[in-house]
Amino acid sequence: MWNFIRPRAGTLRVWQALVLVVIFVFWWAMTTPGLIPPLMFENDRQAAFFFGEPIKIFARIWDWFVADRDIYGHLWVTLLETVLAFLLGTVAGLVIGMWLALSPIAAAIFDPYIKAMNSMPRVILAPIFAVWFGLGIASKVALGFTLVFFIVFFNVYQGVKEVSPTVLANARMLGAGRNQLLRHVYLPSATSWVFSSLHTSVGLAFVGAVVGEYLGSSRGVGYLILQAEGMFDINTVMAGILVLTAFALVLDWVVGRAESHLMRWQPRAGETEKL
Amino acid sequence: MNAPALSLTGITCTFVSRDDRGQRYTAVRDVTLDVAPGEFVSVVGPTGCGKSTLLNVAAGLLEPSAGTIHVFGEPLAGINGRAGYMFQSEALMPWRTARGNVMAGLEFHGLDPQVAGARADEWLKRVGLGGFGDRYPHQLSGGMRKRTSLAQTLVLDPDIILMDEPFSALDIQTRQLMENEVLDLWAAKRKAVLFITHDLDEAIAMSDRVVVLSAGPASHPIGEFVIDLPRPRDVAEVRITPRFIELHRAIWDVMREEVLKGYAQQKLAA
Repeated sequence: MWNFIRPRAGTLRVWQALVLVVIFVFWWAMTTPGLIPPLMFENDRQAAFFFGEPIKIFARIWDWFVADRDIYGHLWVTLLETVLAFLLGTVAGLVIGMWLALSPIAAAIFDPYIKAMNSMPRVILAPIFAVWFGLGIASKVALGFTLVFFIVFFNVYQGVKEVSPTVLANARMLGAGRNQLLRHVYLPSATSWVFSSLHTSVGLAFVGAVVGEYLGSSRGVGYLILQAEGMFDINTVMAGILVLTAFALVLDWVVGRAESHLMRWQPRAGETEKL
Repeated sequence: MNAPALSLTGITCTFVSRDDRGQRYTAVRDVTLDVAPGEFVSVVGPTGCGKSTLLNVAAGLLEPSAGTIHVFGEPLAGINGRAGYMFQSEALMPWRTARGNVMAGLEFHGLDPQVAGARADEWLKRVGLGGFGDRYPHQLSGGMRKRTSLAQTLVLDPDIILMDEPFSALDIQTRQLMENEVLDLWAAKRKAVLFITHDLDEAIAMSDRVVVLSAGPASHPIGEFVIDLPRPRDVAEVRITPRFIELHRAIWDVMREEVLKGYAQQKLAA
């Protein structure tokens, strides 16, 4: 019997699920009022107040997705903010990264400012963006943009700097003009670096969206959490966190698929498809 | 009409260290070299003697400190548009398939992608990569990548072909196959070829003329030999003919001292 279920490659998923089940059972046992005598708290309702109750949390999620169907609008807003922040940040990072990498004088001039802006804790900009762009999606996109931009910018800068001189000379010998070099050599090389940072930049766009919502908004999953917190409704806060986590995982999976499609020209370790 | 395809006159290249303006290195000094249309000229010399520098000058990638370059009688300015360059190291664009790489030059010249694709397929077939067009460079073996490079260079039908130790990274069998292939393609089109190598056998087997460079720094030609072996040649078979051995001995006599000098310098530097 043990041989059949012991941890190995085949039963990996089962064991992973088991860990999750154990965590939730533990959580449930510790927080259900009256199940075990209170260890840390004065009365048996306090654990539930601070940590929420898994069953009620799942009920909440069920209401959101199935019974009331009122979370889709919020999810959509959060997704839209993430995607917009990612796209705008990527395009701006690409354009400015390529520009600075190809004109060393401009790079030298802007270098201290870029370093300063990158080391600034940019979450602190969220309140200012809320004043500038209002409580709608624009202020969240702006926050996500500042997070994504620098990741992409530095990767593009690096990507352009590290174009193989031989590949470059070869393209020039094949008759590529300046614009063709940009399009056929610098851009593919830079985008390969962008894609390699795709997970990080999509993740940061998501962080920007949620943090922005949390600091002031009228829609989005961050807003749901903020509201519930104001009413000490820990179950809804926890439900919001779980939904965000699941959402982030889905996003990461989609990015992974996109990446493996776009990067198929890059060699992977252990790939032996030579003929 | 009788202007040489490529004519280097009094070429000197001095590199200045970027960190220390006082440190300079003269790679080649006062090199004069002509390549007639349809002629296959090899340049041999010890390692680090500035052979590649010379080729970069001929390609227009590097401006010499002194001297002039003429291409079919015209002074060269900028990139040498009539030359194709086959590099020593990997020069294929890794984000393009073999076919995409062969097409690249045609695309850069504004050819319709469909016509360019058809011509690329034709050349891939000619270098024996008919079924490998959709592969990326990392999925090809070293020899196949070199063939792709060859197709990429020759699909543009350049009047001058510059080759920088193109086969030095290949094993001896693949190398001989490639050498024969290049000779066949050259015999069919009769382009001017400037071929850089450190391998004297390769130089003699393929060329009409072999130029020997001295050891660096400030290398310059120290000998020139006309290779009068009959064509067509097979690079493997020609190596055992008496005339080949005679030529090899004559050239090696000139080269040996330089090779030892170059080796001693490298040891000193290390």
